[in-house]
Amino acid sequence: MPRFNIVPVVFGMLSVLGIYFSGMSIKFVLNELIVRFIRDGVMVLALIIPVTAGMGLNFAIVVGAMCAQVGLILAVDYQLYGVTGLLIITGVGGVFALIFGLLIGICLNRVKGKEMIATIIIGFLATSLYQLVFMAGYGTVITPHNAEMMLSRGIGIRNMIDLEHFRNVMDNLWMIDPGGIQIPVFMVLLVLLFALAVKYILSTRLGQLLRAVGESSDKAVLLGIDADRVRIIAITISTLFACFGQIIYSQNIGMLNVYTAHLNSDIFSCAALLAGGATIYQAKVHHALIGIVLFHTLFIVSPQAGQNVFQNPALGEYFRTFVAYGTIAFALMMNIQQENRRSYPERP
Amino acid sequence: MSGIKLPQLFIIAFLLLMLVMAGLLGIPLGIVVGDSLVRLAMNGVLVLSLLPMLNAGIGINFGLPVGICAGLLGMCLAVNWRGSGLIGFVEALLFSMPVAIVFGTVYSRILNRVKGREEIAATFVGFSFIPLMNFFWTVAPFGNPAMLWPIGGKGLRPSIGLKSYFGKALNDLWAVKLHGLPMPLGLLLFFGLLCLVAHLFFRTKSGRAMIAVGENETFALISGVDVKRIRAIAVILSTIIGAWGICVYAQSYGFIELYDAPMMMAFPAASAVLVGGSMGHRTTILNVILGTYLFQTVYILSVPLANELLVPEVAEIIRMFISNGIILWALLHEGTKSSHATV
Repeated sequence: MPRFNIVPVVFGMLSVLGIYFSGMSIKFVLNELIVRFIRDGVMVLALIIPVTAGMGLNFAIVVGAMCAQVGLILAVDYQLYGVTGLLIITGVGGVFALIFGLLIGICLNRVKGKEMIATIIIGFLATSLYQLVFMAGYGTVITPHNAEMMLSRGIGIRNMIDLEHFRNVMDNLWMIDPGGIQIPVFMVLLVLLFALAVKYILSTRLGQLLRAVGESSDKAVLLGIDADRVRIIAITISTLFACFGQIIYSQNIGMLNVYTAHLNSDIFSCAALLAGGATIYQAKVHHALIGIVLFHTLFIVSPQAGQNVFQNPALGEYFRTFVAYGTIAFALMMNIQQENRRSYPERP
Repeated sequence: MSGIKLPQLFIIAFLLLMLVMAGLLGIPLGIVVGDSLVRLAMNGVLVLSLLPMLNAGIGINFGLPVGICAGLLGMCLAVNWRGSGLIGFVEALLFSMPVAIVFGTVYSRILNRVKGREEIAATFVGFSFIPLMNFFWTVAPFGNPAMLWPIGGKGLRPSIGLKSYFGKALNDLWAVKLHGLPMPLGLLLFFGLLCLVAHLFFRTKSGRAMIAVGENETFALISGVDVKRIRAIAVILSTIIGAWGICVYAQSYGFIELYDAPMMMAFPAASAVLVGGSMGHRTTILNVILGTYLFQTVYILSVPLANELLVPEVAEIIRMFISNGIILWALLHEGTKSSHATV
């Protein structure tokens, strides 16, 4: 049964309070919000399908993000720019995302019931591997073609790569500016297109299978569904979406923090999804869309609000970090407790 | 005992390889052995803190930052009142205990609510506890200027030097040289004593009950064990030992590290206990000591090797890789076993 979820209400109230105390103009907040909606939207949408398949929050979307970064770095290395470059990045990143998504899926089929902790560890592990390749592999095993992005010692890539040739390649398409609010219509439509894609996938036969497996993996197997295969597909789609999400994010920022850009994408995306009213057992597209707006409004205003209320911007910073982690901790606590009550009602 | 498994084999092979390379590069092994003993005791208490929760069937305590923050608070109080030397260190242990009991009680309530999926919940309780404590470190009214930001004099520094307080208090206690090999007897003795107490605890009534809950909860419930209470005790014990663990670590390191420093500390500790052989069965003190020793020796050897051979940053990356690889391997291994059991 759909239970009333208090989380979006709390986020809404906190956001309103935050806007009030920060003293920021609505126009400024809206502009920032649109930018963040575009940057992070697809990443949040990537989480929905694994949740539907009963695998919980997929923290391994960082792996998808890293695949995108591999594509970006290769494009800079081979100096492929513009729209062609972007298409090649999408292709290369997509192939990596498919392979790693498949591998993650196989891993997760061995840890049923512990998928979330496993995806966190997989994310850490993949980060180490990624850092190893680009810090020690580049310049020793892999020959670089673009000396500009290398560290002066000749081994390893610089911390920061300038993506000037990709910066806002898509962002400025169809830009409209009603009343000082800049809306890049193409990008908003692109994010909504991904939202529709998720909605479409959930409405197909695959969507039914995902829901059946999410309801109960064992029952799905009895019905003749290859649950393991469905779960692998779910995680692969998620990884692929995350890869696309990170490409959009990076071209919007216009810089690539090679070793750290992907690191918090999982936490912020999961927190945003939960802020929109999703649980770890059920997530819908509108949860993602509402969640991005609520979560990022709070994110935009809290440092300034912290400055105004406590005369210390660091406190606002801690507050928003706490909100990100705390939302996930709170949701896990409430959702698991409810699920336990449902599964073992007779237990004390 | 089910013998040596892949992770142990891997880590021992890796260690041997490193030892050979260290020998070839002329890194003196005497120093390595001395350092490894220091690091064993320095990190061992943190690893030991995972034991009660593991044996009570709650799983790996990924929420170790909760205990660590209690210890940090205890140490800050000791530094605030300028406790120095061994007495300062004992003060830190004493101050951190009530804090750990309070934190642990709340933490145990949370973990009792999320039975069966404690590990993921604990991870995020730990993660979200850090910014909460950051708030506290920034506003807490500590008075010792050595702890505060030099400019403005408000809020604690990210790292507080312990040199004039209780830094190396244990490390220098009865530190002797055996055939030129430095031996921190006081430090090792303290660690040994804690291990002994933990070992003896599991022979008491509560300790046995804890193991019973870990092995078969339903059976324990039927035999009249108050499962919730035993689980709470395990969590509180883990939190207290975790708090003491960071005290031992900090006095050896020479600095109290606040703010985001404890964030990732649970993961190396977890992989140490897993390497020690705590997989799928009861965890013993031996697992803790062996695992910490193997893991920390790899740590010590990897730094000079990475400096000599490759890029300095690689040492840290490889350590993280090994540490998380072991945890993932353990998860995968456990997963297959339990799914076989239910079929």
